[in-house]
Amino acid sequence: MTGTFLGMPAFPQAAERAVRDGQLRANLRHATHTIRDKRARAVAELPDWAELRAAGKAIKDHTLRHLDRYLVQLEESVTAAGGTVHWAADAEEANRIVADLVHATAETEVVKVKSMATQEIGLNEALAAEGITAYETDLAELIVQLGDDRPSHILVPAIHRNRAEIREIFAERMADWGRPAPEGLTDSPAELAEAARLHLREKFLRAQVAVSGANFMVAETGTLVVVESEGNGRMCLTLPRTLISVVGIEKVVPTWRDLEVFLQLLPRSSTAERMNPYTSLWTGTTAGDGPSEFHLVLLDNGRTAVLADQVGRQALRCIRCSACLNVCPVYERAGGHAYGSVYPGPIGAILTPQLRGTTSPVDASLPYASSLCGACYDVCPVAIDIPEVLVHLRERVTEQGGHPMERAAIAAAGYVLDHPALLTAAERLAGRTRALHPRRLPGPGRAWTDTRDLPEVPAEPFRDWWRKNRP
Amino acid sequence: MRVALFATCVNDALFPATAVATVRLLERLGVDVDFPPEQSCCGQPQYNTGYRRACEPLVRRTARAFAGYDHVVTPSGSCVAMVRDNYPRIGAKAATEGRGTGLADAALGLAPRVYELTEFLTDVLGVEDVGAYFPHTVTYHPSCHGLRVLGLGDRPLRLLRAVKGLELRELPGADECCGFGGTFAVKNAAVSAAMAEDKLANALGTGAQVLCGADNSCLMHLGGTLRRRGEALRPLHLAEILASTEDDPWRAA
Amino acid sequence: MTSRDLILGRIRAALGEPAPPEEQPLPRHYLTTHAPDEPAALLDLLHRNLADYRARVHRCTDVELPARIAELLATRGTRTVAVPPDLPPDWLGAVTAERLADDGTLTAARLDAVDSVVTGCALAIAETGTIVLDAGPGQGRRLLTLVPDHHVCVVRAPEQVVASVPLALPRLDPARPQTWISGPSATSDIELDRVEGVHGPRTLEVLLVTPA
Repeated sequence: MTGTFLGMPAFPQAAERAVRDGQLRANLRHATHTIRDKRARAVAELPDWAELRAAGKAIKDHTLRHLDRYLVQLEESVTAAGGTVHWAADAEEANRIVADLVHATAETEVVKVKSMATQEIGLNEALAAEGITAYETDLAELIVQLGDDRPSHILVPAIHRNRAEIREIFAERMADWGRPAPEGLTDSPAELAEAARLHLREKFLRAQVAVSGANFMVAETGTLVVVESEGNGRMCLTLPRTLISVVGIEKVVPTWRDLEVFLQLLPRSSTAERMNPYTSLWTGTTAGDGPSEFHLVLLDNGRTAVLADQVGRQALRCIRCSACLNVCPVYERAGGHAYGSVYPGPIGAILTPQLRGTTSPVDASLPYASSLCGACYDVCPVAIDIPEVLVHLRERVTEQGGHPMERAAIAAAGYVLDHPALLTAAERLAGRTRALHPRRLPGPGRAWTDTRDLPEVPAEPFRDWWRKNRP
Repeated sequence: MRVALFATCVNDALFPATAVATVRLLERLGVDVDFPPEQSCCGQPQYNTGYRRACEPLVRRTARAFAGYDHVVTPSGSCVAMVRDNYPRIGAKAATEGRGTGLADAALGLAPRVYELTEFLTDVLGVEDVGAYFPHTVTYHPSCHGLRVLGLGDRPLRLLRAVKGLELRELPGADECCGFGGTFAVKNAAVSAAMAEDKLANALGTGAQVLCGADNSCLMHLGGTLRRRGEALRPLHLAEILASTEDDPWRAA
Repeated sequence: MTSRDLILGRIRAALGEPAPPEEQPLPRHYLTTHAPDEPAALLDLLHRNLADYRARVHRCTDVELPARIAELLATRGTRTVAVPPDLPPDWLGAVTAERLADDGTLTAARLDAVDSVVTGCALAIAETGTIVLDAGPGQGRRLLTLVPDHHVCVVRAPEQVVASVPLALPRLDPARPQTWISGPSATSDIELDRVEGVHGPRTLEVLLVTPA
């Protein structure tokens, strides 16, 4: 069977490797089930969750319908508050802008707050090529960076690692990046967190430039919001002289009041908390408090193409909570790396093919990386109908003519199904020859019969029973 | 009351016992059942695989086959979900593509008249005790489309609890997908099989004799895995349990 | 063409026809609050929710406050305590530790060697167990409450306690830098299990103060 037959390229193969990795499956199962139950309890505390969700959806949709207007308003507000706004059409331009801003400070190090946008554009690699070292300061990002690994979850990029693996990475690699891990480090989460605190503190205290993303930007006031837990965000947003925030254009909300919806939806959906430990809100610069220089880089990088698709654009409502990953049965077994993108899980399966297109094998396979069970839609705090978008994108994949055999089979089946006489004949033929049916199929059918028996074909179809018994 | 049975292609060709049970159950409850022979497939496999245009003739055919019936009943939650959720979308897209409103009209005319079997029993007929007898231990897997798209809630469980002789065992992780997902089962066979494995571990852990569901496509996937593994747990459609009575009890085929 | 024009042009092209001026007001059918509108019950809720996320919560009257602050610092073994310049002077009336008032020149490195920080707050949100600092009176610059490992925060009830996020936002000035704090620093990055204490103050003590 060729790689493209029945649309079976990258995701299925990567997922199959993950499924066979018992340690990975155990790690993912433990972590996703822990957070799943907690989220359900945190959400159940609010009797008006459905109304909050409807409001979150409506605010985002409204914003997207007037995105040009709100971005211009945001630019005015941020500028009036002492910030500088830059516009980046793609990843390359965003990376160029950030590198130039860092060069202008004459620094060669930056500390980073966890940010999906900067991962999406490969900022760390681009800065490294310019002689600038970017230190990730979120605990999970640190684990990924020290382990030369890739993130596998939006909220908890090292979810694929358990405590023993994390201990090993810290013990072996921290010394290469700065302060070594304490002697005799155990795998207790508290000790691991302490090791990260000590390792990063020296970096926070000397950093002059920080790079962040943002969870929300308020057009009306020019306020940016970063939601976090550890305090590394506060360190980066407060201590350095220069702050550069790279933020996707879809992160804007119209008004200060709109935060009342999202600051209720996000913490309960992501970390299953009533409120996350720290939320930082800043508007431009403040004399004597925090960075004296603030740059906002507004990033397109494919978002306007998503906006152009009337079904697919709902993916731009996403607030990156990861609730959909945590409930997804496919993510739980395939792991985040199989999605071949910084955006894994159900949201990644609809966002990545829209941002990058559906031409590469992995991107064309992502819309199929779902059983369409709908658990993601149920938990999404902004009601993104992920199954609807998945099917919509499958149509895009089939239209580019990727699966000729499948297309032919669908056409043949369609003809038979639209001609009941033919259908009846086929059913009867199957019934008469059922003693000859094999248990295991060759070719693409093997994918079914490798682990499952085929159903036994009955002696007669229901149609014939009806004809005989209810004449 | 005259009701059309939408048997569905999977039941017609592979699980006729479920369709027969549905007929017997409804007739026992005083319903006059009809089977319009022009019906075939709802088009879900094609639609969910990305061939929307290929299922347009089936939308038209299904709407035509059931024209004139106030109630169309089907023992498959996912086929009802297809008609209720996706037919109107297919119609709307055809209209935006400038191909008229015929398809949309057909879809919107049909969708509100189609009922999943347990909806029809509890909501239209208003019964929970259907007079069934089934002296076995049973655990129930609520298929995703019934659970989340249709919002069947505890309807199937209410019906099962009223069955005489039946002992219901709660299925842990019931709301998790079994891994069927139509062509997903073939396109992502490894993940699909891993999902089935976990679902079956939960089902086998209940010690039940019968794994009941309201969607034979999920049961085909779980049942195929069970048979391959030589397990005694028997997959069975809810309709067959509800059709079973003391006078005419269910017998393994 | 600038990238600004390019992006705005792409957006307008993606949206097609300009959207009609505003259709309907956005649906905001959610509740303004989930908590009882009664000061004592609200204070209890704040207490519970702060404690639930591992803040250490204490109660006293305004008359008792100086003694309680002194006691908390003594128990901690605090030798140096940083304070914002405009902290009410009587709050530290009984404190024996060395005081370091921030005149705007305290550096992060200097604060890293300080044992504790004492501040007030802008307000507290009962439903979520959140303290909001906005660099207003008695709160100081953001780094003051970030670098020391022990933060003692005074909340005056009932006037600084609100029930919910929707009731908090209108009382806050977006122009001011804000830090919303719900318990001490924490992480869920190891197996999605919550552990307290990473980079922010690992001990948060909240004093809920009512009139004598």
